Amino acid sequence: MSKLVKNLKEAITLCGLKDGMTISFHHHLRNGDYVLNAVVDEIAAMGIKDINLHASSLFDIHLPVIEHIKNGVITGIETDYISTGVGKQLSQGILKNPIIFRTHGGRPADIISGRSHIDVAFVAAPSSDKMGNITGKNGKSACGSLGYAFADAMCADKVVVVTDNIVDYPMYDYSIPETNIDYVVNVDKIGNPSGIVSGTTKITRDPVGLVMADYAAKVIKASSLLKDGFSFQTGAGGASLAAAKYLKDIMLAEKITGSYCMGGITGYMVDMLNCGCFESLMDVQCFDLDAVNSLRTNPKHKEVSAEHYASPDVKSNLVNSLDVVILGATEIDTDFNVNVHTDSSGCIMGGSGGHSDAAAGAKLTMIIAPLVRARVSVITDRVTCISTPGNTVDVLVTQRGIAINPLRTELRDRLKDAGLPVVDIFDLKKKADSICGEAKIERAKGKVIANVLYRDASLIDTIRMI
Amino acid sequence: MRRSMLFLPGNNPNMLINADVFGADAVIFDLEDAVSPDEKDAARILVRNALKYMDYGNTEIVVRINSIDENGFWSKDLDEIIPLKPSMIMPTKVTNAEYVKKLSDYMTAIEQKSGIPEGTVKLIPLIETAMGVENAYEIAVADERVVAIFLGGEDLTADLCCVRTKEGDEIFYARCRMVNAARAAGKDVYDTPFTDVNDDEGLIVDAKKAKSLGFTGKASIAPRHVKGINEVFSPTQEEVDYAYEVLEAIETAKKQGKGAISLRGKMIDAPIVLRANQVIAAYESIKGGSAR
Repeated sequence: MSKLVKNLKEAITLCGLKDGMTISFHHHLRNGDYVLNAVVDEIAAMGIKDINLHASSLFDIHLPVIEHIKNGVITGIETDYISTGVGKQLSQGILKNPIIFRTHGGRPADIISGRSHIDVAFVAAPSSDKMGNITGKNGKSACGSLGYAFADAMCADKVVVVTDNIVDYPMYDYSIPETNIDYVVNVDKIGNPSGIVSGTTKITRDPVGLVMADYAAKVIKASSLLKDGFSFQTGAGGASLAAAKYLKDIMLAEKITGSYCMGGITGYMVDMLNCGCFESLMDVQCFDLDAVNSLRTNPKHKEVSAEHYASPDVKSNLVNSLDVVILGATEIDTDFNVNVHTDSSGCIMGGSGGHSDAAAGAKLTMIIAPLVRARVSVITDRVTCISTPGNTVDVLVTQRGIAINPLRTELRDRLKDAGLPVVDIFDLKKKADSICGEAKIERAKGKVIANVLYRDASLIDTIRMI
Repeated sequence: MRRSMLFLPGNNPNMLINADVFGADAVIFDLEDAVSPDEKDAARILVRNALKYMDYGNTEIVVRINSIDENGFWSKDLDEIIPLKPSMIMPTKVTNAEYVKKLSDYMTAIEQKSGIPEGTVKLIPLIETAMGVENAYEIAVADERVVAIFLGGEDLTADLCCVRTKEGDEIFYARCRMVNAARAAGKDVYDTPFTDVNDDEGLIVDAKKAKSLGFTGKASIAPRHVKGINEVFSPTQEEVDYAYEVLEAIETAKKQGKGAISLRGKMIDAPIVLRANQVIAAYESIKGGSAR
């Protein structure tokens, strides 16, 4: 027996895909993904319309989807993140139905609970055998972890694996087993390796970013959380990586061994694992080749599903055991609500990803952002879109001082005692306004183009057409 | 007290609005080498506006202007900058007292025109030629505006026809002569930047060398070097404790009517008291802080 079919068209036909159905994709091939576009092109060529596109993230490589939105093939989008180019187009209100934004933890929760139904999941796989045992660790398009694909593979009515590397059956070190797979399609290329993972991620050389990173590491040191067993998540942004580098120096100097480091994994996290700063890496997504190689070779570097990472529906998950998470923001308001979905004009340029999941779970949630960005203060009276609620955010680190959520008086005292420049968030805002002038924000007043769901599936905000 | 002086390019708005966040005691907005000739006017306007609108708190502001022999940029620089009252102007390639006097006279004219008390803006001449080094003392005493002199190692080694090295043997004479001239004139003296921005250990070695020779502080072209310079040029806790002990011992001796006293088995004489006062003054001015 073999689940191999001739091509995408045959798989789509065998799955019985019809007008009005929902198709899903994971985003581990990131900005190198060929699969989503190929599938949607094929669906359009087959004359199928009114499709709901359920993708864990959309990148600018998916810009061809815009044409399929305009011609009625795609009428709905459910996702956790949309990058700037696609976001700019969607902000014009071209999609028939409002986008549904979820978090990386909310997405598997909604899929597994049945709140969000997938008719056909197309799972890009850097390696697969003929029966659909798949992994992202090997193959010319290796991406490492397949963490965001687990729920789709488990719960979709039909599951199609799309691969460019067929290996002998059975693949013994699979990530997702054949038990859930209906069909396997072998194609020339599932993606462009240079867009899937960067060669190496680098810490910022921006002096302002380094000042913030230095403060961030000192905040962690002063928080009382940095001790043996410490758990940590940070993003792949330059300043976040620099903070991790400074944190590594502190952990090595003080001989602290953390329990796990998690989130999107970079070579810097791998380096921290190899230096003994952490006992393990819990990897839902690899960001660079060092991370992919480590996941393949080091048993202490473990692939985890998005459900295990952050689903609020499970009995326990990794974000709830986090000590510290470092996150970014496009805006933060004086109530510490954070926007990572839009820019200050309301144009879609991101999404929560795991932002609000990690913020809700971690004991200390730290936002790093320069006080002024492109002539606009990062601190506003009210964010354009609430992605992460302020009651889950503890600290804002800027180059001009550190603001503490008033709910965290004990933390404020600790940071002050450590000699860190603790500043009231209103004073920080005043400082920014004195540099840029107070921004006159014009709120978008068009139709609702996106509903932003919090991780528990409740509506936390909406985004309007600009 | 200036331990660290950080050069920032005058044509970089992001650096200008963040100049005071790097922990440097003084920042030097550069209108000279960091700015290409076709951007001189833009940089001049940017720096002027930064001085006009930004509040840099306790960070001292210095502006490095173009040298007197370069296309008249220097006078345009002063025309724009002096009315905004930076703490100091750093003239470049200063070779003798006449250079300083010419500059000071021009600054006086601008101050008078702008209604600023004469002598408000000070000078920290950048000495970066063989002739300048030889004339360091006359430069240091040329004008009341001069509060410090500054050694520029890169241009100097070009003038000396030698290669600049990390070890700095080639500028050892210049360093010693500069320190001696400044101290003889009762002025501060600042050491040239360590230019390998990725070598944090080399920076510390170089800063310690400068401190051991008598420099007041050291410049940097990299914000990441500021912390190391501040640490090297801050008095250590041991030095501070000893200085307070010396002053206490002197006080006690005075009360007891003793002429000569000893501390830790060593006679306390005038130079030791002077040094103790210097350490305490430095400590007080930085409030025991290090980088930030």
